[in-house]
Amino acid sequence: MTTVIEKNSKSGRLEVGTPLLEVRDLHVEFHTRDGVAKAVNGVNYSVAAGETLAVLGESGSGKSVTAQTIMGILDMPPGKISQGQILYRGEDMLAMKEEQRRLIRGQKIAMIFQDALSSLNPVMTVGAQLGEMFRVHQGASRKEAKDKAIELMERVRIPAAKQRVGDYPHQFSGGMRQRIMIAMALSMEPDLIIADEPTTALDVTVQAQVMDLLAELQAEYNMGLILITHDLGVVADVADKIAVMYAGRIVETAPVHELYANPAHPYTKGLLRSIPRLDQKGQDLYAIKGLPPNLLKVPAGCAFNPRCDVATDLCRTETPKLHQVTDKDGKELTGRRSACHLWKETLHG
Amino acid sequence: MSDTTTVGSEALSGDTGKTDPPKKQKTERAASLWSDAVRDLRRNPVFLIGAALVLILLVMAAVPQLFTSGSPFDGDACDLANSLKRPSAEHWFGFDVQGCDVYTRTVWGARNSIIVGVLTTLAVTVVGSLLGLLAGWVGGITDSILSRFTEVFFSIPLLLGGMLIMSMLGKGNAYTVSLVMAVLGWPQIFRIMRASVLSNKYNDYVMAARALGASSMRITFRHILPNAIAPVIVIGAISLGVYIGAEAALSYLGIGVQSPEISWGLMISDASARFLTAPHVLLFPSAALSITVLAFIMLGDAVRDALDPKLR
Amino acid sequence: MGRYVIRRLIQAIPVLLGATLLIYALVHYLPGDPVQALAGEKRVDPLLRELIREKYHLDDPFLVQYWNYISGVFQGDLGESLTGRAVTDMISEAFPYTVNLALVAFIIEAVVGVLAGVMAALRRGKFLDQLVLISTLLVISIPVFVTGFALQLLLGVKLKNDYGIDFFPVSFHEEDGLRAYLLPAFVLASTSLAYVARLTRTSLMETMRADYVRTAVAKGLKRRRVIGRHALRNALIPIVTFLGADLGGLMGGAVITEKIFNMHGIGGLLAQSVYQKQGTVIVGMVTLLVVIYLVTTLLVDLLYAVLDPRIRYE
Repeated sequence: MTTVIEKNSKSGRLEVGTPLLEVRDLHVEFHTRDGVAKAVNGVNYSVAAGETLAVLGESGSGKSVTAQTIMGILDMPPGKISQGQILYRGEDMLAMKEEQRRLIRGQKIAMIFQDALSSLNPVMTVGAQLGEMFRVHQGASRKEAKDKAIELMERVRIPAAKQRVGDYPHQFSGGMRQRIMIAMALSMEPDLIIADEPTTALDVTVQAQVMDLLAELQAEYNMGLILITHDLGVVADVADKIAVMYAGRIVETAPVHELYANPAHPYTKGLLRSIPRLDQKGQDLYAIKGLPPNLLKVPAGCAFNPRCDVATDLCRTETPKLHQVTDKDGKELTGRRSACHLWKETLHG
Repeated sequence: MSDTTTVGSEALSGDTGKTDPPKKQKTERAASLWSDAVRDLRRNPVFLIGAALVLILLVMAAVPQLFTSGSPFDGDACDLANSLKRPSAEHWFGFDVQGCDVYTRTVWGARNSIIVGVLTTLAVTVVGSLLGLLAGWVGGITDSILSRFTEVFFSIPLLLGGMLIMSMLGKGNAYTVSLVMAVLGWPQIFRIMRASVLSNKYNDYVMAARALGASSMRITFRHILPNAIAPVIVIGAISLGVYIGAEAALSYLGIGVQSPEISWGLMISDASARFLTAPHVLLFPSAALSITVLAFIMLGDAVRDALDPKLR
Repeated sequence: MGRYVIRRLIQAIPVLLGATLLIYALVHYLPGDPVQALAGEKRVDPLLRELIREKYHLDDPFLVQYWNYISGVFQGDLGESLTGRAVTDMISEAFPYTVNLALVAFIIEAVVGVLAGVMAALRRGKFLDQLVLISTLLVISIPVFVTGFALQLLLGVKLKNDYGIDFFPVSFHEEDGLRAYLLPAFVLASTSLAYVARLTRTSLMETMRADYVRTAVAKGLKRRRVIGRHALRNALIPIVTFLGADLGGLMGGAVITEKIFNMHGIGGLLAQSVYQKQGTVIVGMVTLLVVIYLVTTLLVDLLYAVLDPRIRYE
């Protein structure tokens, strides 16, 4: 089976809105000496061309594991996909042969990692690493690849690209290294980019620059973008919709503005309250009490219940489904779901 | 590191919701590294076999009488009539060219090897650690001088230097050999300790301890030392095996332990001339030596695997 | 890069001087009669003692003696043996054997060691990996002279007597050409081979878990390229430096091997001098070997900078 790629014949770009990726009921476990850690417990989300999905969550929420499973770069022992499908353009990647998946990896779906310094090969020049994509995937010659590398570096606004193409990663600043990672991900003009905490290791000002660049490139190529982060501030400008993850599950999804304005889950509410605000000067900073759960022993019922201010007995016994959120009149709000027994009270009350 | 391992390890170390003060958590984590290591070791057959062998050897060195009747130093220990007799039921290892029982000599030979191994390792660890701690912690000129000094020592390979000095000294015994090897071997531990101190010196929690007014002494012992000890132990165990091998080499060359003292190296040297006709005389001390070195190296290897957090 | 080279060179000089000074001091200040040490086992009568003291300037202050010695070294004069032969002559005669031996051993340890290590790392936990781990452990533990005898017995004697295969000569004879070097080279290389295999295994295993290898996989590269172009290139750095350092050490370590196989190289010469208690020869040879060791260490450091660009800018 080959994957058929439809591109708009005129511009060479995908039509906005074409469904690209759908994760269905994904379950991923890690088999360790101390037991089985359930890192991902029934995650569903989807991304379309031109759309940005932000996946929000603390460390251990399963957001990165999901992303790496999509890319197919997870270490398979000890990791194990116990259930689920990952559909790329309608075809389940988990059912594909490895060779097929490899063709998608890097060329159709690309990934940007958090720490560019450790994610780039320290003994290869930046030009060689960028050019490698062209040489391997497109059979380019060394010279052609180098030219393309310079082009890419200019596209991501690295100054003096021609002179710097022979430099090594450690010779660049953090922000520029991240741009190089972005350039590498872009090189084959993929349909979808997964950015795993792309700005966490950067200064605030550099963060803004990198996010702007990402947004710009996405708009230009009509790519889908999955932005994984724990930083609510970064998400607001760029995302179209947000999925909040906790203990391997999605606890809330919503279009971006509605999430910030009216969260429908106590965890989201807590996260929003934790952001320091200028108009709260002089008041104590809020933090959600407790720590994320041990994935070897996820609490019964709703995983968040030990830390939740409004938890009831039901929360401690029954795991909430992802409910469709409605407005006060009962009308369904599109794209809004919440995995909380008390979502009505949280949203409206 | 890969995000999956971060996820995995963070997830696995999550607790019930109580927050501990940061310092306690750090020592708890260090303590749990050790207790995890001990737990691993208890299940590791390589460690168990190595430890058992080492124990036997230590006992053999201290009390050879437990393993064999009579002593090779007795007047009637050797009888030329028995020269080069093959192993038999009463005399498991046979006899050497002078008619001495090879088994008895092998058992008693353990003493010198163990003495050299233990003494050298002790001396090397103490001297190397102290100087390494000093150099790493104080830094500056002291560090530069000490480091250059050790580089000089490092440039003289163990065996070569040993040969040089021992040949000058003339008569050698287990103690002189230990001294010589300690003099040549301490830089190794110095380097490890110094590197460990340097890498931990600017750790956040050390800085915090300093800010809180903790004295250097306290910081050194409570924070830096526990971290530095792990590689020292591993290298120490393995080096012990190496020193035993080196002593045998020196004795083999005639400049280590001398007759009438017994050393496996000496036994091998004596046996080598006739090894084609009477291989048993060569075989048993060689086997004893190999097993001894193997035991210590196995020990060190197992401890290293147990302590290496990356291999969990 | 240039600055790094110069800095290393400058650093090397005091170490060189220090090492030679140390060797000389060790010999000089050791307990015992230096005259007797120089004379070996012969008895020394007062007249001879006078002569020796004069000839070797034993009455001069230590540093003057050292200076004489060192300046002699730089002019290529390493003193004389008890029989009056120039040490430099003895060394140049013995040198080629040891160099050949070291080279063959080096090739064996590099090729076999790296291959074994790579295979073990790629098949982690499986049979091949365990095999490599156990066999290297054994080889490291069994002292060189035992391995030497064992192989001599098995491959040299038994093969010949029982199977009529006379491939591995028990004793070294130059006429046998390359064949004569094989067995001793293998014995000499054995311990280092084990270290190289283990080091390669560990290094590659660690590199395979690095973030940039994960990136390479995420780029959709074939596994072969990920391992060959990304992982190995980084993993081999510490191994190359170890190999380089080992080459210098091989020459000195050949002592026992040469004794077992009766070779008249530097090692054999050294063993002989030790046995005969020829002080001057020993000091001269050890000095030479230490100098060689220091030079190779220096070259290895420079090589390291070539391989790892991060070092160049320190």
